[in-house]
Amino acid sequence: MSVSTLDGAGARVAGRVDWTPYLVGVGIGVLSWVVFVVVNAPLGITTSLAQVSGGVAAPVLGADAVAANSYWAKNPLKLDYGTLFLVGTMIGGFLSAMTARSFRLESVPTLWAERFGPSAGKRFVAAFLGGVIAMYGARLANGCTSGNGISGGLQLALSGWTFLAAMFVAGIATAFVMFRVKA
Amino acid sequence: MFPVSGTASLVLAVLFGAVFGFLLHRGRVADYNTIVRQFLFRDFTVLKIMLTAIIVGGVGVFALVNLGYAKFHIKDADMLAVALGATIFGVGMVVYGYCPGTALAAIGGGSLHALVGAAGMLLGGVLYALTFDWVKAVILPVGKLGKAQLHTLLGLPPGAIFLALAGVAAALFVVVERRRA
Repeated sequence: MSVSTLDGAGARVAGRVDWTPYLVGVGIGVLSWVVFVVVNAPLGITTSLAQVSGGVAAPVLGADAVAANSYWAKNPLKLDYGTLFLVGTMIGGFLSAMTARSFRLESVPTLWAERFGPSAGKRFVAAFLGGVIAMYGARLANGCTSGNGISGGLQLALSGWTFLAAMFVAGIATAFVMFRVKA
Repeated sequence: MFPVSGTASLVLAVLFGAVFGFLLHRGRVADYNTIVRQFLFRDFTVLKIMLTAIIVGGVGVFALVNLGYAKFHIKDADMLAVALGATIFGVGMVVYGYCPGTALAAIGGGSLHALVGAAGMLLGGVLYALTFDWVKAVILPVGKLGKAQLHTLLGLPPGAIFLALAGVAAALFVVVERRRA
């Protein structure tokens, strides 16, 4: 365990207690052992998030249209293990922030502000669009960094390692373009 | 006794989710800066966490499967869909500054832009469902390799692959830790 006083862009953040990434990696690895045995389900996020999207679409598109959709018919919204895991993940982030006394409302992160300025509106538009793109990609790939990357990677799944390779290549290219880094 | 199902599994879902979210937040990956700086090669926290989790998790899960305590849950290698989806995902992850799991942990930690992006993710899920019939007909059938695993494809024992992975990871960790010092 180590105490870090540096945030992403080098500014001091008072009272922030971070754990070394190796300890966190071991923790997620051991959590994987537990979930594979105890609930027979690997770590994953976006399959359940897609169920929730069916729930929020129902008032707009109509419950019948959602029920008739071939994707949501396979993944209907219900209070099941996967959707409650999403709730738990938010609670876990909250508990970590509260116990580390690092909870703070953040609209514009420092690295973004250095490059694109302090406008919260601009950051919100980008975050929204990024969320749309990331989720569409995660559904097309049938999993995100958790389900494909970590859970697929640790099972030596071809799908997982293909995901990791393509994700990093695309992410690096995007970051270099956005932050005008010359390769 | 295992696997647990019914109401008990719903309680465990919140508990296991909370452990996951706590670890992501404590590991600094529920932070826009840490994620984007990984893709700029200025911070290697994301790779350190992911590679350690994959190696530690993988060695344990393979042992548990061999002992009969666990089953594999391999996703189909629909190669065009996975490659294209992961490419789109990589773009979105950097623009958003979070992946879906770290975004949820970040919302718990007070990130308002993560919350706005989560609304975007729900819209992304809607768009996928609305285009699913087309995706299923056109993209999913291309390059179907099934529930393939690297060790069977390469004809190697899984232990050899984890050993090689651990070697690569250790070398990377030494290089990036030295660079920082």
